[in-house]
Amino acid sequence: MNIVVLVKQVFDSEAKIILKNTTQIDDTGVTQGMNLLDENAVEEALTLKQKFGGEVILVSMNPVKTEKALRDALAMGADRAILITDPVLQNADEFTAAQVLAKAISTLNYDVILSGKASSDYQASQVPARIAEILGIPHVNVVVNIDIQGDKAVVTREVDGGSEIIEVPLPSIITAQQSLNTPRYPTVPNIMKAKKKELKVLSLADLGLTADEVAAKMSILEYSLPPVRKAGRIISGDPAQASAELASLLQSEAKVI
Amino acid sequence: MNFELTEEQSMMRAMVRKFAEEDVLPGLEEREEKEEFSRELFDRMGELGLTGIVFPEAYGGVDGDYISYAIAVEELSRVDASVGVTLSAHVSLGSYPIYKFGTHEQKLKYLKPLAEGTALGAFGLTEPDAGSDASGTKTMYTADGDSWVLNGSKIFITNAYYADTYVVFAQSDRSKGHRGISAFIVEKGTPGFTFGPKLKKLGIRSSATYELIFQDCRIPKENLLGEEGQGFKVAMMTLDGGRIGIAAQALGIAQGAYEAAAKYATERVQFGKPIATLQNTQFTLADMATQIEASRLLIYQAGYLDTAGKPFGKHSAMAKLLASETAMWVTTKAVQMFGGYGYTREYPVERMMRDAKITEIYEGTSEIQRVVIGAAILKEFS
Repeated sequence: MNIVVLVKQVFDSEAKIILKNTTQIDDTGVTQGMNLLDENAVEEALTLKQKFGGEVILVSMNPVKTEKALRDALAMGADRAILITDPVLQNADEFTAAQVLAKAISTLNYDVILSGKASSDYQASQVPARIAEILGIPHVNVVVNIDIQGDKAVVTREVDGGSEIIEVPLPSIITAQQSLNTPRYPTVPNIMKAKKKELKVLSLADLGLTADEVAAKMSILEYSLPPVRKAGRIISGDPAQASAELASLLQSEAKVI
Repeated sequence: MNFELTEEQSMMRAMVRKFAEEDVLPGLEEREEKEEFSRELFDRMGELGLTGIVFPEAYGGVDGDYISYAIAVEELSRVDASVGVTLSAHVSLGSYPIYKFGTHEQKLKYLKPLAEGTALGAFGLTEPDAGSDASGTKTMYTADGDSWVLNGSKIFITNAYYADTYVVFAQSDRSKGHRGISAFIVEKGTPGFTFGPKLKKLGIRSSATYELIFQDCRIPKENLLGEEGQGFKVAMMTLDGGRIGIAAQALGIAQGAYEAAAKYATERVQFGKPIATLQNTQFTLADMATQIEASRLLIYQAGYLDTAGKPFGKHSAMAKLLASETAMWVTTKAVQMFGGYGYTREYPVERMMRDAKITEIYEGTSEIQRVVIGAAILKEFS
């Protein structure tokens, strides 16, 4: 069973976001790593490989030639990686990413494609669905369980207030919710091996694509930081009195009760 | 000269930090309270490959380097110094002498499971009358047919009782002093080999410390480690490397206390503002950070020399001396910064202060480190 995993390199979840200007985010000195939900996808791929054999191939796109996220995923145990990098991808949107990734995937022999249900930075959740559309395969998102049965997969999705069980033929693209599994730690031997594994770097031209074909459909007009959270208020004094005041404030000011 | 960690070393640090925070930290309070050793955590470290970092692949290791090993001990100790020393004693004391002095057969039989983390190792050198002065060893051995027979006892043995494999030092003839000492590999469960009661300690409470007792303990001839009479050399060379592990443990403790103090200082409000705004607090944090960074560089330098196969004894002694004294100083200052809260068990700094003290004592006291460094200096100038 050959499994393709889409991996995105994002800012560390604890990174402080600083704007260079209204349309650019400053990434100077920011720690970056694999999108956390993609770790769940890699974990699932490795579990499937243990069960069915085959190969786990990572595919990633980044305007900058950076290997961090892919090396981390290789250290978890993935077999090889493909990075599509090109300066013209600087203004890529979800359309661009889907076009590029789908093209790269179409050169591979795959049974299932996995990824996180969203990336922690833009949270658009669009790329997997768009890839499914381009490749003409089913797409199931927010998945908490995957059961491969021959040439089909029975997957459990998280839906509002419960879960939904869906059967899809393979190949399909399935995106992971956090509760799908617990990602393994990269072991020391796997960390040592990660650097020796194949990481193929391709440009748009290598994929036979032109900048025009994948040009973004969206343009960013402006970024703004969320407003600074105001300090909380402490109501002091006699507990009975203070709680009465709190109740009244919750009603009149916060309007939550 | 390059001060950057390699990609592998950075990945290893990230992995061990995550393991320490997510798997070691949750049970820490209970282990500390019950003074309970966790074999399960050791097994996990084996699965992650931490036990085999510095050993060759042929013997179950990963052919890594001593900086990576130091980073692993440092990151574990930043969260839990007891778990840190479990790894350090296992690798540097329990496994290293077999790697360095063992025969191919001994390495296959004993080093491989130690490096793979399926067996736990310990090192029995210290005795009531042989601490810093190993030549005072009173545990005796005699040859008897195809066996060696051991009699005597060892104290303060880290990982003991839980460990499967012990490197034990014994004397053939007390008049020979350190030239009469030999090293042996002893398996747990060997008839005549028992343990005293668990030792209750000031710090590193969840690391296991026991007495080893040998009463007509018969071990096979092939379990002599190195040559007869070579034991003192085995012990000294082992301790040279062990210092990197303990220095890294001290560094981790200091780093943990410094981070806790810096965080607390920015949150704790007195006189209407966070105490971090006071210059006195900032100076203390500055001194902490400076001492810690200096220790780290010295430890990594010793690790580099060891990995490169260059003499590193002086540097590992310097690293251990500076890092352990830094750990004691930083943790004491951290408790002070926390004030009354720091003295309670509600906060981690009192534990770190208790844990730090042992790093100035075991695997060569600070005084012995100065002796080692002083001797090396005299050798250079004479």
